[in-house]
Amino acid sequence: MISIQTEDFDVGAEYEALRASGSGTGAVATFSGLVRDSGDLSGVTGLFLEHYPGMTEQVIQGLIDSASQRWDVRKARVIHRVGRLALSDQIVFVGVCSAHRGDAFAACEFIMDALKTSAPFWKKEITGDTEHWVEQKDSDLDRSRAWK
Amino acid sequence: MTDQNLTVRFFARLREELDTESLELPATPGQTVGGLLSELAARGGPWAQLQGDQPVMAAVNQAMAKPSTLVTPGDEVAFFPPVTGG
Repeated sequence: MISIQTEDFDVGAEYEALRASGSGTGAVATFSGLVRDSGDLSGVTGLFLEHYPGMTEQVIQGLIDSASQRWDVRKARVIHRVGRLALSDQIVFVGVCSAHRGDAFAACEFIMDALKTSAPFWKKEITGDTEHWVEQKDSDLDRSRAWK
Repeated sequence: MTDQNLTVRFFARLREELDTESLELPATPGQTVGGLLSELAARGGPWAQLQGDQPVMAAVNQAMAKPSTLVTPGDEVAFFPPVTGG
């Protein structure tokens, strides 16, 4: 299940929903991404996130489908927030249930790495008096390519 | 005759710098994503950046597209900077 939303999310509730995915599940891996005080700029006080409604959900579903073909994925959950976010706010959640930890870790990391370079979201850093659209990072492209 | 047109959408930095969220343009036979980008860049001013130093990504009907991808009447074409979510 995929949610793109302005509201915050409850990692505990998401974990419980993943844990209830069936008696074959032996591992749940989750990742949360947070707003940090330095990115392209230092002294970041918040972010603005924009997305392409419709395409974003389709791209993420494609990533979950790819992960499911490659690893044992019993259930996958992706939440990504958009709009204005403050320091330490939660931005993104990826959770995967598998029979074993290796598949859960790998599928969770793959979905997150691929999301960063293929899902149509754009992040703007806000400092006291400036705004800056974040540039795509070669290191993120490298991480994404490493899964090929 | 909306269905003879293309809807062209812009996101993030391009949306702001072009001061444009979307355009309706007449579709022309044999038109490609790259051709459309050249036409828009030829408007000059901030539009020239569509063929400038910074990479521009494109999607047709919400799927990633290449410069050679054909566009046909009724299509939704989008141009945007490389993505930076997560």
